[in-house]
Amino acid sequence: MKYLGKKTITLIMTLFLVSVAAFLAFQIIPGDVVMSILGTEATPEREEQLREELGLGDPPAVRYLNWMTGVLKGDLGVSYRYSKNMNEMMPVAELIGDKLPVTLWLAAVSLALIVLVSIPLGVLWVRSGSRVLDAALGVITQATMAVPSFFLGILVTFVFGIILKFFAPGGYISYQEDFSGFLGYLLFPALSIALPKIAMTARFLRNSMLTEVGTDYVRTAYSKGCTKRRVMYVHVLRNAMMPVVTFLGMIVAEIVAGSIVIEQVFSLPGIGRLLISAISTRDFPVVQILILYITFVVIFVYFLVDILYRVIDPRISGK
Amino acid sequence: MKRCFHGKKSLCVLLVTALLAMAVLGGCADGTGESSEDNSSKESTVESTQTDSAESGETTGADASGESTEPEGSESGSAEDAASGQETGDRYGGSIVVGVQQDIDSLDPHKATAAGTKEIIFNIFEGLVKPDENGNLINAVASDYTISEDGLVYTFTLRDNVKFHNGNVVTAEDVKYSLERVSGLLDGTPLISTLSTIKSVDILDEKTVQVTVENANTELIYSFVAAIIPAGSGEDETADPIGTGPFSFVSYKPQQGIVLAKNPDYWQEGLPYLDQVEFKIINSADTALLELQGGTIDFYAYLTDSQAQALQGSHQVISSPTNMVQALFLNNAVEPLNDVRVRQAISYALDKESINDFVGGGNGTLLSSAMLPTLKEYYVDLNDTYGTTANVEKAKELMADAGYADGFDMEIAIVSTYEFHMQTGEVIVEQLKEIGINATIKGMENSSWLDEVYNGRQFDATITALTCDMTPGYLMNRFQTESSKNFINFQSAEYDEIYAKAQAALDPDEKAGYYKELQKILCDQAGSVFIQAPANQTAISSKLEGYKFYPVYVQDMSTVYITE
Repeated sequence: MKYLGKKTITLIMTLFLVSVAAFLAFQIIPGDVVMSILGTEATPEREEQLREELGLGDPPAVRYLNWMTGVLKGDLGVSYRYSKNMNEMMPVAELIGDKLPVTLWLAAVSLALIVLVSIPLGVLWVRSGSRVLDAALGVITQATMAVPSFFLGILVTFVFGIILKFFAPGGYISYQEDFSGFLGYLLFPALSIALPKIAMTARFLRNSMLTEVGTDYVRTAYSKGCTKRRVMYVHVLRNAMMPVVTFLGMIVAEIVAGSIVIEQVFSLPGIGRLLISAISTRDFPVVQILILYITFVVIFVYFLVDILYRVIDPRISGK
Repeated sequence: MKRCFHGKKSLCVLLVTALLAMAVLGGCADGTGESSEDNSSKESTVESTQTDSAESGETTGADASGESTEPEGSESGSAEDAASGQETGDRYGGSIVVGVQQDIDSLDPHKATAAGTKEIIFNIFEGLVKPDENGNLINAVASDYTISEDGLVYTFTLRDNVKFHNGNVVTAEDVKYSLERVSGLLDGTPLISTLSTIKSVDILDEKTVQVTVENANTELIYSFVAAIIPAGSGEDETADPIGTGPFSFVSYKPQQGIVLAKNPDYWQEGLPYLDQVEFKIINSADTALLELQGGTIDFYAYLTDSQAQALQGSHQVISSPTNMVQALFLNNAVEPLNDVRVRQAISYALDKESINDFVGGGNGTLLSSAMLPTLKEYYVDLNDTYGTTANVEKAKELMADAGYADGFDMEIAIVSTYEFHMQTGEVIVEQLKEIGINATIKGMENSSWLDEVYNGRQFDATITALTCDMTPGYLMNRFQTESSKNFINFQSAEYDEIYAKAQAALDPDEKAGYYKELQKILCDQAGSVFIQAPANQTAISSKLEGYKFYPVYVQDMSTVYITE
């Protein structure tokens, strides 16, 4: 309980600091908001009107406070860039709310692929003992890790989309319209995300297991008369999972924060794409909320990893 | 033990690899990310009015006689379609997806300034008049108009039974409201600068609206393409965009696109053919190519040369001129570019032909001043002034004259997501080396470019393209000494004087004469180095017919139909 309280306080403090930093960052970087929105063709009167509408005349401290009070009250503000209809701008909550499921589902499908493939693969790698398999997996995983993800994305599109016609490139199906079609489409971007991560996780697990295999408790287990299978799954795997869980945590945080490259390549309207466009168009209300979201995700995932540690290795909570 | 050691070592290798992979990922994220949605080339914007001067003589002539021509828009717009419309009833129906590069900047037709938005909403909204594919103005919401002798009073007669997408007939009140809104009479904030000259809008009877302006200008009629919207809709908080165009608004999703449906009540008989058109935002050129090949988009403009080649055979790839003027803009206020001899030297040093060959596949039209050849009446070919190939001797001479025989350093600011300008910049850097100028490219983000270069005027040189709206004054206007858009700080008292005369001239020939003089001054003074009007390559699915290329930045989908 004490642990939980401590973590929560850290979370709040971090979010606060990050919000200040995010806000300050945009006071410093060049690029005028009004110019970004209106371009070069608007009348000076319209520029003045918009500057007033956005409250840009107020000092930064006042604007920060206004924004923060709004956020605390649950009002995330409205986008500077995206319209909702003819006269209203899109509320940030609605904008992000619409894109978040895409990123979250992409993360879920990717993670499922990673866990379901990499862990059995890692175990098989260690157990088989075959030199040929060892060398083959070594080369394959090395190569998969080396391919940059945008290239992998294009490759997947080309092979599965254009040659095999398993999916229509760019034919994103909205989750609101056809959920299973949506998941089907997600499979391919998820594959592009998962492939290098599977390779990394499998290697990681293999190395971690090999380290454990040489330890005393394994020898003890064998001398007790445990079968190889039991030693592997009950003793070695459990202990070897510790660093792998950390690694998976990092991966989850990365994907949930928006797989920018993959979202671009597959035209997925997710968080990553929104972030990029919001930064380049100086859509501060959106950027600030997204930064808070990403910070929250990272901290929260690490918190979950902490909890998982305790589940896997009860010694930790004893300390 | 040995295995353990080995394990740790490869663990290290693995971690390093993982880190590297992440770095690469992060790096790529920046790269591809920027090339995505911020391509809102807002500096190149169309005021969406236009005339191809070849035939605009008709309109201007009508102005002089105080009587407008063009009986019914449908005749000039789609005579051919109307004629063959009955025998080809099977043209109707179906839906297509058009890939576009930029997201919508506003769903309010009066506030939208990005060219990428205007090309889309051209299908939703119409003004009293609208451009056709030949560059003429045709009557749209108005069926007729007259302009008084002194050019100060415009009288528009509304077309019978033009309906908004909500089913209401367009009334004189709607027209009054729309014009008062754009001109700033409503709330003091003009939204379209050329229309801020409007002094009053009066309803003469339920079909006639009279507009009185402050200054006579024969180019003003082209600004009446400003959208007519239902009275009050500019203040209605929940209003969907409603216009009178061939397609009505269905839905818009940020970063995904906009869906339009057929307007069954459209005033042009027989149009449009398609039931639905989706404009889908494609975030990168690579994705666009894949989607064209995969068939998820049917239509995509502004292809690169290599993409165009990749699509030959599978698609109709059509090259058409753009209404943009690409130039190496020089800041006339900084040393040593404030010396006219240095600017002329640079003009001589550039080899425009090889630039065109290298970045545009030789499809562009070479220019030497800020006017497009499509504005035939006003355009004067000045390509002989500095030649279209490099004249290094002459350039070096001028450099020596100016006291820069050894050259100097110069920075060329370019928005890094504009591949076309970046490539142009690379060629120019090489060409400038010949005369000792050590130029470097400074890649910038669009927002920063707008702020620092365009607005702040803190730059040596920059490469960009300005979009012309087909009124001759549109591009020439910005080179007046005091113009807020004169970001190159061009200074010429003579230019200012003649520009004022050109604006005031009511006689078309006299006006054209002034504009020709203006181009010559701009060219002789080497205000900047004007390069070319780049070509636009469009890929169209082989099953589509009927698309019309406009000499302005619009994508008219009303005449497109599916052949299969």
